[in-house]
Amino acid sequence: MIQKTPDRKAWLLVAPVLALVAFNALIPLMTVVNYSVQETFGDNVFFWEGVTWYEQVLHSSRFHEALMRQLLFTAQILLIEVPLGVVVALAMPRRGIGVSVCLVLMALPLLIPWNVVGAMWNIFALPDIGLLGYVVNALGIEYNFTQQPAAAWATVVAMDVWHWTSLVVLLAYAGLRSIPDAFYQAARIDGASGWQIFRHIQLPKMKRVLTIAVLLRFMDSFMIYTEPFVLTGGGPGNTTTFLSIDLVKMALGQFDLGPAAAMSLIYFLIILLLSWVFYTVMMRGETQR
Amino acid sequence: MKRYAWLIPTLYIVFLLLPIYWLLNMSFKTTNEILGTFSLWPREFTLENYATIFTDPTWYMGYVNSLTYVVINTVISVAVALPAAYAFSRYRFLGDKHLFFWLLTNRMAPPAVFALPFFQLYSAIGLFDTHIAVALAHCLFNIPLAVWILEGFMSSVPRELDETAYIDGYSFPRFFVRIFMPSIASGIGVAAFFCFMFSWVELLLAKTLTSVAAKPIAATMTRTASTSGYELGLLAAAGALTIIPGAIVIWFVRNYIAKGFALGRV
Amino acid sequence: MAQIRLKAIRHSYVDRPGSDQDFALKRVDLTFEDGGAYALLGPSGCGKTTLLNIISGLVAPTEGEVLFGGKAINDLPPDARNIAQVFQFPVVYDTMTVYDNLAFPLRNRGIAAGEIDRRVRETASMLGLEEVLSRRARGLAADNKQKISLARGLVRSDVNVIMFDEPLTVIDPHLKWRLRSQLKQLHQRYNFTMIYVTHDQTEALTFADRIVVMHDGDVVQVGDSESLFERPGHTFVGHFIGSPGMNLFPCRVDNGAVFVEGQRVLLDAPPPAMVSGRTELGVRPEFVRFDPAGIKVEIRHVADVGRYRIVDAVLGPHSFKIYCAEGVEIPSGEARVSFDPRLAAVFVDGWRTGGEAP
Repeated sequence: MIQKTPDRKAWLLVAPVLALVAFNALIPLMTVVNYSVQETFGDNVFFWEGVTWYEQVLHSSRFHEALMRQLLFTAQILLIEVPLGVVVALAMPRRGIGVSVCLVLMALPLLIPWNVVGAMWNIFALPDIGLLGYVVNALGIEYNFTQQPAAAWATVVAMDVWHWTSLVVLLAYAGLRSIPDAFYQAARIDGASGWQIFRHIQLPKMKRVLTIAVLLRFMDSFMIYTEPFVLTGGGPGNTTTFLSIDLVKMALGQFDLGPAAAMSLIYFLIILLLSWVFYTVMMRGETQR
Repeated sequence: MKRYAWLIPTLYIVFLLLPIYWLLNMSFKTTNEILGTFSLWPREFTLENYATIFTDPTWYMGYVNSLTYVVINTVISVAVALPAAYAFSRYRFLGDKHLFFWLLTNRMAPPAVFALPFFQLYSAIGLFDTHIAVALAHCLFNIPLAVWILEGFMSSVPRELDETAYIDGYSFPRFFVRIFMPSIASGIGVAAFFCFMFSWVELLLAKTLTSVAAKPIAATMTRTASTSGYELGLLAAAGALTIIPGAIVIWFVRNYIAKGFALGRV
Repeated sequence: MAQIRLKAIRHSYVDRPGSDQDFALKRVDLTFEDGGAYALLGPSGCGKTTLLNIISGLVAPTEGEVLFGGKAINDLPPDARNIAQVFQFPVVYDTMTVYDNLAFPLRNRGIAAGEIDRRVRETASMLGLEEVLSRRARGLAADNKQKISLARGLVRSDVNVIMFDEPLTVIDPHLKWRLRSQLKQLHQRYNFTMIYVTHDQTEALTFADRIVVMHDGDVVQVGDSESLFERPGHTFVGHFIGSPGMNLFPCRVDNGAVFVEGQRVLLDAPPPAMVSGRTELGVRPEFVRFDPAGIKVEIRHVADVGRYRIVDAVLGPHSFKIYCAEGVEIPSGEARVSFDPRLAAVFVDGWRTGGEAP
C-alpha cells in the first residue's frame, strides 16, 4: 500500500479537475434546483413555488408510469445480461488465437455510437425490410415494432442485450482469468464436478467483477436515452418511454422547466439510492470476515 | 459437454454480427432495391451511398466534427486527470476521500438531467455550437473515470521511484513527464481508451449543444431520417462508417483487452 | 502406498517436438521408494514442476511410463491415482468451512457420512486443525490454509504419495521453519511417500532423505545431502548446492595427471588417461587448505561472516574462494594452498570423472 503524506499543496494538482467538473456539475445542478422551486411565465420573471413541483411530479401518474417502465426494463435486462454474460465468459477459450479474436469481435457493439445502435436495429427489425422483421413475420408471428407495444418492448430489450452483454462478458472473463491454474488442478485431484468447480471456485472469485458489472449495467440502463429513442421514439404511444426520454420530452420539448427540474432531482436521487442499495447488498459477503 | 463449449461464444458472436452484417448489406443497396425486394446480399451492388457521404460536406463534416470533439475531450480529460490522480495516489489532504467519491457520483448522473442546463449554460458563455463545448461537457463524465483508472495504476508504482528522482535532482514537472508517465504508460492508454469510447458514443449532450458548425454525425443521421424521408441506404452507409473508428481502436488495444482490464482496478 | 517408478519419461509442451530443445523433460528414469522423503531440487524452468504433474496425472507425458506399485497407470486420471498435491499458494474453497473443505474429496467419492466425520477429525488432529474445523476457510492465515490444502490430500485413506510444489512460498519466514518441521514430523510418524519440489537448497536439505537435482530437463544427480555436497556428480550440482558454490578451474589432463596453471594437483581418484572435451578441476571452498607446500596463489580480500570467513583469492587469472573456520590464520598477499585430494575432482564437459559415480 502506498504511504500517503499529508500535503496541502496537493490541492494545486487537483484544482484543474475540480474546476472543470464543478463547472459542469455544480452550475447546472444549481440551475436545476433553482428551476425546481420556482415558476416562470417567460421574460425571466420567476415566482417562488417551494415544493409544488416536487409534489406534482411525485403524484403524477405520468411519472409513476415512466418509473414503472424503467424499473421493469432494468430488471429484465439485468436478469438476461448478467447470466448470459457469465455463461459466455465461462465458455470462452483461455488461451490461443481464439482469445483475441473473440474479445475483439465481442467488443465491437460497445464502441458503436448509441444512435447508430438504434438506427441499426431500426433497419434490422423493420417488418418487410429488415432481416429480423422479415424472418419473424415469415415464421408466422405478426411482428411490427412500430405499431405493436409488445413487439416494441421486446425489440428494445433485445437491442440492449445485443449492445451491452459484451461488457458483462469482458468483465467476467477478466475475473475468470485471474484465477490461478492451481485451483483447477486441485479440483481435478479432489474429483470435483463441473458444477462444483463453478459454485466453489469460479463464482466466488468472480464476485467482485460481477458486482461492478451489475452496478454499471444498473446505472446505465436506468439512464438510457438514445438507443430506444432512435429505435422507437418512445412509442408506440409511450410504451417505451423510459425516465430519461420522458424527462427530455418535458424539459427540451415542452419547456416545462419547473416540473422537469424537480423530476431531474428526484431521478438523480433514485439512482443514487438504488446504486447504494445494490452496492451494499452485493458487498455484504465481503466484509464478513 | 466440454466438447461443445466452443458453440456458445460462436453463436453469441454470430448474434452480435447479424445486425452489423445487415447494416452493411443495406449500405450497398439503392433505396429502390431496399424498398422493393428482400435479399440477403445486394442484387445491384452500389457505392452511391458512400459516394454521397464522402462528397457532401453536410455528411463528412459530421464525422470530422465528432472526431474533433472526441479527441479534444480525451486530451483534456487525461491531461487534467494525471496530476489529480497523482495527488489522490500520493497525498493525504483535507477532504480527499470526499472529493474522490463526489467525482465518482458524477458518473451516476443521468445525462438527461443535464441536457437543458447545459444548453443554457453553454449558450450563456457563448460556446454554443462549438467543438469545445461538447468536449468540455463530456468532461463531466470522463474526468472522474480517468482519475479513477489512473489512480489505480499509479498506486502500484512504489513511492521509491519518486523519492529517488528527487534525490537525483529532478524537479517535479520533469520527474512527472520523463520518469513517472512512462511507468504508467499502459494506464494512460486504458484511460484514454475509455474517454475516447464514451465521448464517441454519447449522443444526447452532443446533439443538445450543437446545431450547425459543430454538428456531430449522429445529428446529421437523425435529421436525414426525419426531414428528407427515409433514405435507408444512405443512413446505413453513414452508420457503417461510424463503426470504423471503434474497430480501429479495438484492434490497437486488443492486447490490453486480452490481458484483461483487471489491471489493478477490478 | 506404493513404489513409484518413472520409466524413460520424456515430455514436450510443443505439438511436434523437433530437437531436444523442445523437451521440458529430456529423459527421466527415477524410482521413489515407498515411504521415502524426496526433494526435487533445481532452478526455475528445470522441469521439476512438470515432473510432479506427470506423477500426479495432471500432465500426460509425451513418452514413457509411470508405474505405481509396478502397474502402469498412464491412463489413470488424477483423482483415481490416490495422490495428494499441495501447491505454491493455498488452495482452499473459500465458501466452505474447514470441515467441509476436508470432507469435499470424500463426499465426491460417495463415502458414508460417519466414515467422513471420522477421517476428517483424524486428519485435522494430525495437523493441529481441530480448533478451526467449524470456521470459514476464508479468514484464516496463509499457513493454516496450506495445512488445509495438505489435510484435504491426507484425508483420503489410501494416499500413495504426497507432493509438494514449493508450498512454503507464501508463508511468513518465521512460520516457515515451524511448518517445515511439522511436515518432517508427519513423515516420521506416518511414513507417507513425500516428494517435495523446491528451488531452495536449504529446504531440500532439511526436508528430504534423498535429493534429486535437476537442471534443464535432466536429472543430474540423486543422493543424500552428504554425497551431493562432497561428491557432486556435475558442475551444476557443485555450483547450485552449498554457498558459496564449488570453485572451478580450467585444467589440463595429461595421462591421468592434472595440471592447473602449470602446477600439478594430486587427486586420490584421478581421471582416466584419455579424456576429450572441456576439463575443469572442481573443489569446494571448504576443501581448500593453506599449505606451505602447495600451489602459489594471491589473497585479494577477506570477508568476515562471523563464525567463519570467506577469502577471495586468485590463481593465475582465475578467482576462487576459500572457506576459513575461526582460528585459522590467513596470510596476506601471497599464499600457498592445496586441495583436499579426496574431495577434489576433474569434471569433463560438466560431468565428474573418477571416484564414486553419481
